Amino acid sequence: MGDWMTVTDPGLSSESKTISQYTSETKMSPSSLYSQQVLCSSIPLSKNVHSFFSAFCTEDNIEQSISYLDQELTTFGFPSLYEESKGKETKRELNIVAVLNCMNELLVLQRKNLLAQENVETQNLKLGSDMDHLQSCYSKLKEQLETSRREMIGLQERDRQLQCKNRNLHQLLKNEKDEVQKLQNIIASRATQYNHDMKRKEREYNKLKERLHQLVMNKKDKKIAMDILNYVGRADGKRGSWRTGKTEASFFLRNEDEMYKILLNDYEYRQKQILMENAELKKVLQQMKKEMISLLSPQKKKPRERVDDSTGTVISDVEEDAGELSRESMWDLSCETVREQLTNSIRKQWRILKSHVEKLDNQVSKVHLEGFNDEDVISRQDHEQETEKLELEIQQCKEMIKTQQQLLQQQLATAYDDDTTSLLRDCYLLEEKERLKEEWSLFKEQKKNFERERRSFTEAAIRLGLERKAFEEERASWLKQQFLNMTTFDHQNSENVKLFSAFSGSSDWDNLIVHSRQPQKKPHSVSNGSPVCMSKLTKSLPASPSTSDFCQTRSCISEHSSINVLNITAEEIKPNQVGGECTNQKWSVASRPGSQEGCYSGCSLSYTNSHVEKDDLP
Amino acid sequence: MNFSEVFKLSSLLCKFSPDGKYLASCVQYRLVVRDVNTLQILQLYTCLDQIQHIEWSADSLFILCAMYKRGLVQVWSLEQPEWHCKIDEGSAGLVASCWSPDGRHILNTTEFHLRITVWSLCTKSVSYIKYPKACLQGITFTRDGRYMALAERRDCKDYVSIFVCSDWQLLRHFDTDTQDLTGIEWAPNGCVLAVWDTCLEYKILLYSLDGRLLSTYSAYEWSLGIKSVAWSPSSQFLAVGSYDGKVRILNHVTWKMITEFGHPAAINDPKIVVYKEAEKSPQLGLGCLSFPPPRAGAGPLPSSESKYNIPNAVWVWDIQKLRLFAVLEQLSPVRAFQWDPQQPRLAICTGGSRLYLWSPAGCMSVQVPGEGDFAVLSLCWHLSGDSMALLSKDHFCLCFLETEAVVGTACRQLGGHT
Repeated sequence: MGDWMTVTDPGLSSESKTISQYTSETKMSPSSLYSQQVLCSSIPLSKNVHSFFSAFCTEDNIEQSISYLDQELTTFGFPSLYEESKGKETKRELNIVAVLNCMNELLVLQRKNLLAQENVETQNLKLGSDMDHLQSCYSKLKEQLETSRREMIGLQERDRQLQCKNRNLHQLLKNEKDEVQKLQNIIASRATQYNHDMKRKEREYNKLKERLHQLVMNKKDKKIAMDILNYVGRADGKRGSWRTGKTEASFFLRNEDEMYKILLNDYEYRQKQILMENAELKKVLQQMKKEMISLLSPQKKKPRERVDDSTGTVISDVEEDAGELSRESMWDLSCETVREQLTNSIRKQWRILKSHVEKLDNQVSKVHLEGFNDEDVISRQDHEQETEKLELEIQQCKEMIKTQQQLLQQQLATAYDDDTTSLLRDCYLLEEKERLKEEWSLFKEQKKNFERERRSFTEAAIRLGLERKAFEEERASWLKQQFLNMTTFDHQNSENVKLFSAFSGSSDWDNLIVHSRQPQKKPHSVSNGSPVCMSKLTKSLPASPSTSDFCQTRSCISEHSSINVLNITAEEIKPNQVGGECTNQKWSVASRPGSQEGCYSGCSLSYTNSHVEKDDLP
Repeated sequence: MNFSEVFKLSSLLCKFSPDGKYLASCVQYRLVVRDVNTLQILQLYTCLDQIQHIEWSADSLFILCAMYKRGLVQVWSLEQPEWHCKIDEGSAGLVASCWSPDGRHILNTTEFHLRITVWSLCTKSVSYIKYPKACLQGITFTRDGRYMALAERRDCKDYVSIFVCSDWQLLRHFDTDTQDLTGIEWAPNGCVLAVWDTCLEYKILLYSLDGRLLSTYSAYEWSLGIKSVAWSPSSQFLAVGSYDGKVRILNHVTWKMITEFGHPAAINDPKIVVYKEAEKSPQLGLGCLSFPPPRAGAGPLPSSESKYNIPNAVWVWDIQKLRLFAVLEQLSPVRAFQWDPQQPRLAICTGGSRLYLWSPAGCMSVQVPGEGDFAVLSLCWHLSGDSMALLSKDHFCLCFLETEAVVGTACRQLGGHT
């Protein structure tokens, strides 16, 4: 069956299809073919099928069936199955070619029909689904319509209700207004009534008072009196004056005078204050104006180049004003004459300033807009970095807080029943501890620093020693030269040179100088040094060959006074070395006496040696 | 802060002399004059009946003791203890008595406000002023003592009479456009007189010394009006408190309102310090709940503060900056408060045993020592601002304050603890 399906693929030509159909017809069992033909049932085919099964044509009726078919085919417009008869009498013969052609054409037709039918069916299906869709749409829309209609009705109802309410409220408002009016009227009437009543009552009261007054005062109440030991003087020291008709008027006038004086004083005081205030304000105004002018004048060149004429003209006005200002000191004039000028100029300048500021604002905003995009990219990165950093910090802070909280809780748990003071003390202790720690670390740091410094010092000392050595070497070489020079003059010296040559190049040369000064320091060092030490060293010294060797040389040198002088100069340089030695005193205490004494003893020894050498030489 | 021992007192009658040297107090019918520094009794006078009112003369030489029930006034001299003066108003009765500013005249108001009698201590003369108005504040003297303004009522109309105090001559007499005048008050410079109407109507009138109407101000109509009026010491401002819970400040040039201070239920401005008395911490009394107080403006501090619908709170406004400065909320209703005459410092008492002091630096409360409960009902500052008298129902004591620096540190310590 699968093969069949692939064969009937629409991509194939009709020719091959027909062929395949034929082949399939031959191959397949009648039943399956039948089913196939039922599937693609069509009227012309069904006839064929019918004939195929119910034997439309039998052996007996070939002729009839042929004629019938011929008739049928001719009516459908096919060419006749029979050959063209040449005569009437001759029997018409079946034209097989025509039959085959007809059959082929019929088959083609059937194929076409089948295709058409398929198309129609698919279209039908499509249309059916479309129809369904449209129907559903329709129903939906209908529903919507219904709901909206209902909503509309509801809204209309609400609207009606609201309108109703509104009308009611209006009515109420009106009523309230009426009521308010009424109440106000009532209040007013009550007030008038109250006032009226009050007045009436007061009059009655006054009448009563009057009567009481008459009753009480006019009866010459003896009790009303002042019992006084003696009259006291007036506070101002004046004597009370009697009032007479004449003085009454003058008194009155004097009082009036005084009153007006007081009032005048007050007004003068106020005027003064106002004047002062005015002057100050004027000063401020003047200063402001000057500042404005100074602020605006440097810009006037720039704007004139590019900015429109309007500001330029205004600025020229400013210049004029400035000129005016400098010409006349109009500030001392009264306000009325100056006011207009002043206000106008200030206004003008203010306008310029305003426009300028606006312009600046615009520029700033433009710049900001332009630069915004580029900045934005950078800033975003920065921003992200920053946020990351901040987040990290927050995390750290949180952790810190947590640990702190834990600590606090621990403390609370341990000393829960203690009151807050102890907690506070603990806090203080903690704080103290922290501070001590800080101090400790600081000290450590300082110590480190000190050590570093010390190291650098010792290094410097070492370097100094090296330098000194180099210098000494230099000096030695120089001395050598001197010697060499001297030998040319003196014969005796030549012997020494020979002796010297045995040493020349040895590093012990500088030791010679080091120790050469020791004898001079002898008395001092002897007093310091302990005798035990001395004896020890004297014993130990001969063991060291270098000292004994050089002592021999020294003894040679000591004979020459000129060289002794040189030695003294070397000594002058020594103090440096002494200073360097002082840095490591422990060592020096042990070694110096030794070296000194050793040298001394060595010297004495060397004298003997030198004598021996001298003896040997000749 | 130190407290003196407690002395007996009756009817809250305890006053410092104007020169600040003496302190007069009353115990039943006895008048006791003490030295302010040593608190030793200098003089003791015995009156005829229980004293109901005392007043020092301006020169601190005389003390007036009024016994309203008997219609009697007795005057005592500090210099001459044997000197005596007794004024009997007889059947006319007596409701009020006061000194004239020169300290040589006594003004007695008879019952029903029939008249005011001016008794002179220098001469035998007696003057009568008829038709004084029975109102809250009907007599006011200028600060220099030269003039007296008196509210009068004749034929159902309000009048104001201005007298020259030196010879009691009538200087001006004019009617005021008020329904029912309630109070009059001179400005401290003595040139402007504020006149306000009854509480039924918001109306305040300002008159010049020569009787010209300078201005009229009315904030609203148809509602309860002015409750209290106060001048600023510089005469620049006039504070008017009214029943709508607001204080309006008028200026002295145009007499228009400069600003209006309400008493909002909730204060949102973080700059304003709200001091609330807290019960939890008895050793502190007052807790600073807000941020440290902002820098206080030098110069004259507010003279206007009020306690209206919220009797537990005292509101302090800064007049230099024209804004609310601090609010003090007490647990019990405020009985009395008074400004220190020398510096911006406010003393408050609430009828309890505590004294509350506020200054721009902070707030503090002090328990008045002594056995039993010393319920401070009233207080008055000494002229120097170094001490004050605290008055309870039948006792009084003096409270001596340290110098400002010490108080400042104390305040700061208080603030630091809270």
